[in-house]
Amino acid sequence: MTITQQILQQLINGISLGSVYALIALGYTMVYGIIKLINFAHGEIFMIGAFVGFFAITKLGMSFFPAMFTAMIFCAILGILMERLAYKPLRNAHRVAALMTAVGLSMLFQNLALAHSWIGASAKGFPQVFPLQRFQLMENVNISNDRILTLAVAVFLMIALQFIVHKTIMGKAMRAVSLDKDAARLMGINVDKTISFTFALGSSLAAAAGVLFALNYGIVVYQMGLLPGLKAFVAAVLGGIGIIPGAMVGGLLLGVTESAVSAAGGSMFRDAVAFAALIIMLLVKPTGLFGKNVREKV
Amino acid sequence: MKRKLSLVLVVTMVLSLALTGCGGNQPQAPAAPAAPEEIKIGSVFPITGAIATFGQSSLNGTQLAFEEINNAGGVLGGRKLVLINEDNQSKTEETATAFQKLITQDEVVAILGSVASSHSLAGAPIAQEAGIPMLSPTSTNPRVTQVGDFIFRACFIDPFQGQVMAKFALETLGVTTAAMLVEQDSDYSKGLAAYFKKAFEAGGGTIVAEEGYKSTDTDFSAILTRVKAANPAVVFVPAYYGTVGPILRQAQELEIDAVFLGGDGWDSDKLFELAGDAANGGFFSNHYSPDAGTPEVEAFLAAYQAKFNAVPDALAALAYDAAYMLAQAIEEAGSVDGVAIRDALAAINFTGVSGNVTFDENRNPVKSAVIIEIRDGRQVYKATVNP
Repeated sequence: MTITQQILQQLINGISLGSVYALIALGYTMVYGIIKLINFAHGEIFMIGAFVGFFAITKLGMSFFPAMFTAMIFCAILGILMERLAYKPLRNAHRVAALMTAVGLSMLFQNLALAHSWIGASAKGFPQVFPLQRFQLMENVNISNDRILTLAVAVFLMIALQFIVHKTIMGKAMRAVSLDKDAARLMGINVDKTISFTFALGSSLAAAAGVLFALNYGIVVYQMGLLPGLKAFVAAVLGGIGIIPGAMVGGLLLGVTESAVSAAGGSMFRDAVAFAALIIMLLVKPTGLFGKNVREKV
Repeated sequence: MKRKLSLVLVVTMVLSLALTGCGGNQPQAPAAPAAPEEIKIGSVFPITGAIATFGQSSLNGTQLAFEEINNAGGVLGGRKLVLINEDNQSKTEETATAFQKLITQDEVVAILGSVASSHSLAGAPIAQEAGIPMLSPTSTNPRVTQVGDFIFRACFIDPFQGQVMAKFALETLGVTTAAMLVEQDSDYSKGLAAYFKKAFEAGGGTIVAEEGYKSTDTDFSAILTRVKAANPAVVFVPAYYGTVGPILRQAQELEIDAVFLGGDGWDSDKLFELAGDAANGGFFSNHYSPDAGTPEVEAFLAAYQAKFNAVPDALAALAYDAAYMLAQAIEEAGSVDGVAIRDALAAINFTGVSGNVTFDENRNPVKSAVIIEIRDGRQVYKATVNP
């Protein structure tokens, strides 16, 4: 296997990993953009989405896309409920209060999953829905059909999101609310509905990411949302928290960086590198790659 | 009003801290003292978590053995063996707690367990200090019995197991290059990999790639790509089925043309669930095979099948043997005193499902290994390797 082939294969590995991070990061970034809250429970939505997809396929006998769609709808509703019950009452409270609630929700969901008789502590194998097919891009550089599907669905969802945000009324409302919540209210926008919509959208993307992740790695387990959730948060910050293209780029960048670090022989440091990147970015350019320095004018 | 409310809340929270001492895995009243007709034996097998199938099999094997022993009249003149299992959730930190509880709260006379070497290493010092004999059915890392003279095991150790697979690769498969994927947070994996490497290189082979990963990793494509680039003839993956499954699956996606080898950590039905047909063509070393054909194995198979409606894996077989060994030691010791049981175990000569067991000076048995091939989603007996 030549160096070029190795680099290309690792690049493919990194991009398919990064596309999953990007989907989760989008949820983080949208929620932050609109209510300035880092929703730490987002990683658990990812996990719940994966399990819903798993049960839809194994218990209800659905095929892949209906199962993914079911997971997306389930998590969208869960996201709305979460927002209404846990975050809305704290909208005018100190930001730390909402942050703590988010952390608490994350722990709650994880432990509920652990305690649930259908889930429990042991990992379950996600069925190989599509029989394995390898595509050879060149000699020694392979990509499997699962990974191509993940990339394709991720790109499709990101394009759909961009369309929703820039070409629909609801998207316009989202952008308005994230710019200035009170002014948006004065313009007649239903702020509550917009925020709920944002949560629903972000959660459905996380659910899709969860099902794709489960398909790719063949495993669902109660703590699967912890590390990807944290890394997606890093990705969102890297790209500029609150900025949607930033989340996509941040996710892909993080995936490729992780792969590159492993490719160079530092596979034990791959997680550390992600968090080191976060620290460096916050020191050098806290607003992220796409972020602008917004100065407050008095 | 607000201040009073926060004061009440703070006091409640502080008081609730006092309650955290209670509970534990199974909420129960302090254990009742053993009736004179009963002998309490403790076990620490993981029923949940990463190696749940191992713990469940071990528990099954032990329960079957105890049931048979009790039905045949028990030990020490009719006393029944009672098993108290603590689920350590496949976690090292829970194992120490489990051992403490069994020794101080339940006052067991001996402990069977644990399954994984990392967990046994956490529990052994506690048993050693309390003078409670500990018999691990399946921990293969040599450091476990080095903790002290109250610690025994019922299985072979990794220096032998590493040698078995290395010789298999060199002699039976006829290869000279190998890669290793080592799970860095598992003593079992690191130990077995080191012994394999030593034996493989001593036999003229070369380790062309050695990659590390953590048990929490799910994406192995980066390190597998590195392994593929090194072009090994075999890849040794000495880990538990929970990580081996995804590794095999992802290796298949990357079209890695090597034979995959492993150790007794592969022995689980769940491996097929996680790896699918990527497991086919692999080989692993194990403690026993259901196809062995000896009278002990046949009787055990029939009894296990009748009680649990499944074919027992090596975990169940070793736990069954360990339980019988402990019973025999208690009988030969003539009492439930820890020192007496320890001395009886050290001198034991026992034949069971997994072979004949006598302990060497390090309280490790000298036993044969079997090599299992995975074909068509099933385990198939390949060969026996004698020490």
